[in-house]
Amino acid sequence: MADSEVAPGDGIHPGDPVKVDRYTAGARINHWITAASLVLLAISGLALFHPSLFFLTALFGGGSWTRVIHPWLGVILFFGFFGLFLRFWKLNLWKREDGTWMAKIRDVIAGHDENLPELGKYNAGQKMVFWSMSALILVLITSGIVIWDQYFGPYFTVTQKRVAVLVHAGAAVAAICVWIVHVYAAIWVRGTISAMTRGQVTGGWAWRHHRKWLRDLVTRH
Amino acid sequence: MYPPLPNPTVTPSAPKLSDKNLMRRSASTVPQGESMQQVAKLIDTSKCIGCKACQTACLEWNNLREEVGVNAGSYTNPHDLTTASWTLMRFTEWVNPETQDLEWLIRKDGCMHCADPGCLKACPSPGAIVQYTNGIVDFVKDNCIGCGYCVKGCPFNIPRISKAEGKAYKCSLCSDRVAVGQGPACAKACPTQAIVFGPKEDMKKHAEGRIKDLKSRGYKNAGLYDPPGVGGTHVMYVLHHADKPQIYAGLPNNPVISPLVEVWKGAVKYAGLAAIGAVAALGFLHHAVSGPNRVSREDEEAAKRLAEGKS
Repeated sequence: MADSEVAPGDGIHPGDPVKVDRYTAGARINHWITAASLVLLAISGLALFHPSLFFLTALFGGGSWTRVIHPWLGVILFFGFFGLFLRFWKLNLWKREDGTWMAKIRDVIAGHDENLPELGKYNAGQKMVFWSMSALILVLITSGIVIWDQYFGPYFTVTQKRVAVLVHAGAAVAAICVWIVHVYAAIWVRGTISAMTRGQVTGGWAWRHHRKWLRDLVTRH
Repeated sequence: MYPPLPNPTVTPSAPKLSDKNLMRRSASTVPQGESMQQVAKLIDTSKCIGCKACQTACLEWNNLREEVGVNAGSYTNPHDLTTASWTLMRFTEWVNPETQDLEWLIRKDGCMHCADPGCLKACPSPGAIVQYTNGIVDFVKDNCIGCGYCVKGCPFNIPRISKAEGKAYKCSLCSDRVAVGQGPACAKACPTQAIVFGPKEDMKKHAEGRIKDLKSRGYKNAGLYDPPGVGGTHVMYVLHHADKPQIYAGLPNNPVISPLVEVWKGAVKYAGLAAIGAVAALGFLHHAVSGPNRVSREDEEAAKRLAEGKS
């Protein structure tokens, strides 16, 4: 089915409750490598961003080690996220029902999922997190290379580095904000986190939040 | 002639520069230190003969070794400031458009010791850059993390980062010598008094005399380089062509801390943390108001019916 909401590895297991496979082991490992590097990047980056947070450099073995490690973590994040991008980009393409969902953002915030359109594997909020993270990580790795003096220092002018350091800080703040939205949504919408820990969600969760995806799974089953 | 500083006494005395004399400390605050007389180094480009005694004295006093380089067609050697060469004579061959004379401009480059130091503003590591109340801006190696932010903050392109050590280096204005009542090694070594050191007000007065002399010799644009864009500097130049500092190997006409750096270390620093805090607070608030979004028993039943109806 060309327009299917089902990704490779998704599956359904009838029972009480119904269990639905949402993420493969590969996707989960990929996600958690990316997640760990992003958290460490945020901590080490914030340590160098504001003096009141400089004490966080102690977690990395001091200021110099923080400066050394941070860009390498960035490389891990870039390739980690690139893996996630290849896995998830297709089902994150914008669909007509995403506009409807956005128009009913009040119902979303209030948790009135019954008033929302039936959705595929991802809702518009998740898609926005996905695309904004994709863009921000691209900006972060690019600007990060410009200020990675140890290896790329001679290739850029001081003015380019000043622009890069400002862009890097701004993009990092935005990425941390998007990350908070991502984590908060996973906590607020109960039953979500098991998708990334065990790979499964309950049928009821899929019915409530991603009914089109569930229907496609049942049809294919 | 400005009288050279006398040699020090041989009886030990307590250093005059210490943490008690700090005016600013990078990425941290310090109580206003005990005030001291403002000092300055005055470099008279019109008296410089390009002998490089200052460069040698700098290496000697600071126990630095410069690598043997190559000739790139200029007397400027090495080609740029390095982690070992904290000062560098920059040679420019300039044809004066008014007289068609070839003028050999020699400028001793190095840290200007800005009153408003961009390096210190940009530095993220507490105490890696300090400014003393006498005007000296100094790098504290033990606190330096080698991030290179000082390079971005500096309007004069002075600090250099050592690849081997991961530390930033620049002229200290011989803070260790000044601490015991001496002047910088370069000033001590200069055979023509092109470099003099003393209280900043004295240096300005001395410069006035030099400028008057230069004007009487036909250098009508002779003047003092003490750029106000960085609050003035504690290394000043007497230039024969003070109307065009840029002809002296790119000395900035009106140096200021880059607005990009000002925004990065100003608004962005506070707005960034505020934005992160606000988004996190909104999350807590939302959860407190609307509670968790739970899957109901009916949702599970519906899923079960859907799954069984088809399978």
